[in-house]
Amino acid sequence: MSWEAVIGLETHVELSTESKMFCGCPARFESEPNTNVCPVCLGLPGALPVPNREAINRIMRIGLALNCSITRQPVFHRKNYFYADLPKNYQISQFDLPVCVDGFLEVGGTDPGRVGIERVHQEEDTGKSTHMGGDGRISGAEYSLLDFNRSGVPLVEIVTRPDLRSAAQARAYGQELKLLVEALGVSDARLEEGSIRFDANVSVRSGPEAPLGTKVEIKNMNSFRSLERAVTYEIGRQTHLLSQEGTVVMETRHWDEEAGATRGGRVKEGSSDYRYFPDPDLVPMEIDPAWESHIRASLPELPAARRTRYEQMGVDPTMAATLVAGESGLAGLFEEAVNLGAGPSQAANWVTGEVVAALRKASINSVTETGLTGSALAELLEMIGQGKLSGSAAREVLTGVIAGEGGSGQVAAARDLIQISDTEMLAEVIEEVLAAHPDEFSRLQGGEQKLVGFLVGQVMRRTRGKADPKLAGALIAERSSAR
Amino acid sequence: MSIPSIVEAARALREGSITSVGLARQVLYRIAMVEAQLHAFLTVDTDGLMAGAEEADQAFAEGRDIGPLQGIPIALKDNLTTRNLETTAGSKILSGYVPPYDATVVKRLRQAGALIVGKTNLDEFAMGSSTENSAFGPTRNPWNTDRVPGGSSGGSAAAVAAGMSLGGLGSDTGGSIRQPASLCGVVGVKPTYGTVSRYGLIAFASSLDQIGPITHTVADAVLLLEVIGAPDPLDSTSYPHEMEPVGARLGRGLEGIRVGVASQLGGAEAVEPDVEAAFFQMVSAMERAGATTLEVDLPSTEQGLSAYYLIAPAECSANLARFDGVRYGLRVNGDTTEQMMSRSRADGFGPEVTRRVLLGTFALSAGYHEAFYGQAQKVRTLIREDLARAYRQCDVLVSPTSPTTAFRLGDRTDNPLAMYMSDVLTIPSNLAGHPAANIPIGLDRHDLPIGFQVMAPALEEALMFQVASAVEELAGFDTTVPFDPSHGLRGGVR
Repeated sequence: MSWEAVIGLETHVELSTESKMFCGCPARFESEPNTNVCPVCLGLPGALPVPNREAINRIMRIGLALNCSITRQPVFHRKNYFYADLPKNYQISQFDLPVCVDGFLEVGGTDPGRVGIERVHQEEDTGKSTHMGGDGRISGAEYSLLDFNRSGVPLVEIVTRPDLRSAAQARAYGQELKLLVEALGVSDARLEEGSIRFDANVSVRSGPEAPLGTKVEIKNMNSFRSLERAVTYEIGRQTHLLSQEGTVVMETRHWDEEAGATRGGRVKEGSSDYRYFPDPDLVPMEIDPAWESHIRASLPELPAARRTRYEQMGVDPTMAATLVAGESGLAGLFEEAVNLGAGPSQAANWVTGEVVAALRKASINSVTETGLTGSALAELLEMIGQGKLSGSAAREVLTGVIAGEGGSGQVAAARDLIQISDTEMLAEVIEEVLAAHPDEFSRLQGGEQKLVGFLVGQVMRRTRGKADPKLAGALIAERSSAR
Repeated sequence: MSIPSIVEAARALREGSITSVGLARQVLYRIAMVEAQLHAFLTVDTDGLMAGAEEADQAFAEGRDIGPLQGIPIALKDNLTTRNLETTAGSKILSGYVPPYDATVVKRLRQAGALIVGKTNLDEFAMGSSTENSAFGPTRNPWNTDRVPGGSSGGSAAAVAAGMSLGGLGSDTGGSIRQPASLCGVVGVKPTYGTVSRYGLIAFASSLDQIGPITHTVADAVLLLEVIGAPDPLDSTSYPHEMEPVGARLGRGLEGIRVGVASQLGGAEAVEPDVEAAFFQMVSAMERAGATTLEVDLPSTEQGLSAYYLIAPAECSANLARFDGVRYGLRVNGDTTEQMMSRSRADGFGPEVTRRVLLGTFALSAGYHEAFYGQAQKVRTLIREDLARAYRQCDVLVSPTSPTTAFRLGDRTDNPLAMYMSDVLTIPSNLAGHPAANIPIGLDRHDLPIGFQVMAPALEEALMFQVASAVEELAGFDTTVPFDPSHGLRGGVR
């Protein structure tokens, strides 16, 4: 039997708005515990929520970028469940009328395709529990500490249709979504800090036509690698179970990164009853077409479009993808250099190759923290084109520019790296070399071509590496055949 | 020495014929005399009141006048949060809870110069019609201490009626201002939903709750509402626009006013004969004063009661979820977090609150949601349509406020459904979000006050007050509770 995995992803994206979703507290949760809090996000008696308009702008940006329709009158519902770090013991979320519905995201990678987006809804984040004593889990803890700084931070949940069929696809979707969110500038989009969190719903069935199997929700993946590993593991676990005529239990499982396995949690008895009902503290929102078109008009170029544009400029597709996926400064550097006349293919080559390598070597996270600008790169490439810099000299110039020593020309001059590509000047040096090595020269004239290399080496030595070796070789060859 | 109305006191303070300290002492004297019998207050802020009064007198002396309520003592229902002043909502689960912030209405009162006398008793979380559901013991009716003051704002109504405060604020979810005002013989107003900020009102049923004044006179209610009623950016459901000043039409009489009497409200089955007689006498008096009266049909009234008792519990089941022992209030420890929460709630909530939370949780549950909560919302629409139809024929609607006068303590505590019937005439205004007022119009055969309700369309407070003040004048009812300094209040059956 050929088993088929069916995967859907739920992605929580924390918005980087100034203030929280329903109150004026700063939406920063790395501050001292319980300092960015007020009666509203602490759920004190009598406090009332007021929606953050900027958060609505941002969810609309996400929804429109995901080709969704915008709901004219979205409604906030209360999702009721008791949890110590949920201060009202209900979360303000959305139910049947989310802000965005029915979109898709084109995903590349080894198995490209279109992933359906069911809905994109707005909600508020919970506080954070830290369980003290024991192994950090709530069971066995001596006591728990609660920090409500994160409580009420705006959260957007993006729910796919069950369109994904492999762990690699799931990863590719996750990566593309992260790029999209970054490009939209709506979130810090840092997985390791939890500003993007993935939950995967995984089931396995006996073939593409078979009815859907029992689904298992997996949580706690905080990198793309762990997303892919967790889904791979879960598909394997379920396939194994089903092959042994066992049954998959509907449950939520947690990915254990160290063990490389998902671990069972509490079994879900049917679907939880959250007793959703419209939050009477909030009036229905009205998103008119003018608001929607204003947001649509403000959307930046999205990653897919950018990749296509780069490819049309002649950039190799892999490099185009690297530029779009890399830290945002790289693509900016590339674009600026090209605008100043650099060849797109060569510029892409340098940015994704030498520049990335140099930054890594210097342990620098973003090119924007360095002295390397688009104009410095364009100048560098121009000097290479003009034969003024050798490959190694160009790398040295790059290092100097990154270190903030100045523009490419300036660094090359200061470090004395400009090649002698002046024919007359080189010819003089060559005459000196030939005079010093008459024996080798006559053997060259006699047909021993490999001696060109030796003589070029002597030229390089006399010029302390600054001669253009290609030009020197050509001049020596010309001189030897001239007789 | 009788307690002046707010309007009289405000004038006398500015004339210098009385002082704020004098007013405060008068109020504290009354409290000393009768509070032991009534238990209208959960907290009396004697020090705050006296300090505030001294400040107010100082301000008057220096010619500073920060607002119309400068130096006037006001009592607050204990479900309004007050900074640094214990706020319990009448519940054990909030016993000892001291809020870090003032409700918007409290802020506005303070900004207008009002002094806070204290926090008044209520049915736990405003759930009840007699103030017997308070975790801290019932309040008694100043007209007869064997009787309930009504509820849930029974403490504010009793405090104002007994002269322990010049005015008070209550909250009205299904009649919780108007019904106790009726039973205590004072004026009580539930404004249009959204015109008074709910920020800082400990929520019972968010889509129905509304804060309003309880006073001796209609003019006092107007004054208080002018102070507390304004758009509030902290309440999303607050009405954001300017409205006609609520007192704009006071004194214009009844000439040409079309008064609708709903057959379902006026002569409803459970209405006591004395209440019915007084009500129709007033309707006739209104006709003589120039109003035209007509009978209107409100067919959905009875379904309204059922809908109310689904919507309010459903909302309260979520609103009261936050009381879990984690961050504030009562905590009863357990072996797990769930057990701690569950024990805290079981021990912290009284039987009526527990009943409604369970009812609401059930009504919202999967599989029952549509049959209960969904249907109830549809009935709410029917009520609105009923009223809209009625208001095409008439300007205001009138009814008795409560089918009965004050009943005896304990009479209805074993029969929740009979208790729920107390609200049948007041609930339609909450379901529709419309304004309504109680005006005392007389006494029944037991010398217990009878209340008259004036209802108006949304945002028509000015019209409602025009009619209410005409009714007040026609009734000529003396709201002063018979009070003998040597014997205190009357007890027992007369």
